[in-house]
Amino acid sequence: MIEWREDGALMAVRKHGETAAIIEVFTKAHGLTAGVVRGASSRKVAPILQPGAQLDVTWKARLEDHIGSYTVEPIRSRAAQVMGDALALAGLNAVCALICFALPEREPHPPLYQSTENLLDLLGQNDLWPLAYLRWEMALLQELGFGLDLSACAVSGATEGLTYVSPKSGRAVTEKGAGDWADKLLHLPPVMLGHGDAHNDEIAQALQTTGYFIEHALATALGNRPVPPARARFLDILHRQSRA
Amino acid sequence: MGKTKDIDALIELMAKLPGLGPRSARRAVLHLIKKRGILFAPLADAMQTVAATARECLNCGNIGTEDICDICSDDKRATGELCVVEDVADLWAMERAGVFKGRYHVLGGTLSALDSIGPDELRIPQLVDRIVAENIREVILALNATIDGQTTAHYIADQLPDVAVTSLAQGVPIGGELDYLDDGTITAALKARKSF
Repeated sequence: MIEWREDGALMAVRKHGETAAIIEVFTKAHGLTAGVVRGASSRKVAPILQPGAQLDVTWKARLEDHIGSYTVEPIRSRAAQVMGDALALAGLNAVCALICFALPEREPHPPLYQSTENLLDLLGQNDLWPLAYLRWEMALLQELGFGLDLSACAVSGATEGLTYVSPKSGRAVTEKGAGDWADKLLHLPPVMLGHGDAHNDEIAQALQTTGYFIEHALATALGNRPVPPARARFLDILHRQSRA
Repeated sequence: MGKTKDIDALIELMAKLPGLGPRSARRAVLHLIKKRGILFAPLADAMQTVAATARECLNCGNIGTEDICDICSDDKRATGELCVVEDVADLWAMERAGVFKGRYHVLGGTLSALDSIGPDELRIPQLVDRIVAENIREVILALNATIDGQTTAHYIADQLPDVAVTSLAQGVPIGGELDYLDDGTITAALKARKSF
């Protein structure tokens, strides 16, 4: 019997039969791991199994390639913090959907796990977490091998005046370096370089840039799977709220 | 076993019903056979009738035996209040409580990040049409207190024309003891506290 116990964030819940569920939990040492929870639809367990919840999980399986089963204990629920807030709720959906979309099963990603846990703990603090979400998406791309290099201009090597990102290389470009190619490049808002006031409209613009790489690099590498619509819904709400 | 082929087929079908497995299906079929006159025959008739007539209400999505269900065709229920639920089972649960006197709208699911269920898969455009056509003053979002349920509630609230939008309260259930509640429910209850 293979068994491990760890803290993790619940990313997905799917009904399995009448009373069980298959959940996917993201942990530091075991990555994204699926398993069956028996009695998941009971009044006692169902409130615990809300995406985003921090759980103490024990995973057991007879063989390594079995799906395994989970027993879960709640550590903290995040659902109640965000249910009244459309933006935070959409953000939580986007995080969970992107993790399930992008990460292979049972592959540990400790830095991304830490970044995800920190982000989930910030949900509901609307002055902080949209920026944390942008940083998290950049960390997600970095972790999966599609990180952006925003340290210097790909053309001139300059470290000041970076205003664009090359859609091909993911490297920063200055206005001067872009020349006639400017309209083919992606925007690099100062917030992506850690500058400025990080207003939501600027964050939304930065997410268009990270979104390009999620769609054209990450999703392509995953066999052209469509990017989860939860991300687009989150972006839509962020756009609308930043305009209001 | 050849002589019991039809009974076996019935057991096999019954075992596919929610809450029943092969063993309980056998018990149910045996019970029906023993009560052939008073239970089995009327049940078979009722099932045949419902199988032939059951359909979705064209207006609200409830299940009935006419194109327009009893609730939608009852003029007394045109109160200007429209209760939005996820599923027919939720509509029936609300009706069991017997406190809501308006009409319903069944979405047929919730937005789901995981299963890629988007607004187009739900009956949201019909809801918007009904608000205008039926002169609705208040829309009550009676969706589940889950991430998917509340994501859907926020989405619907954004889509609706100028109309009052309310939602069910979340908190301590009747008969609930705080010691046994999860921290999410306690948080929601505390956030929704009212003057006493």
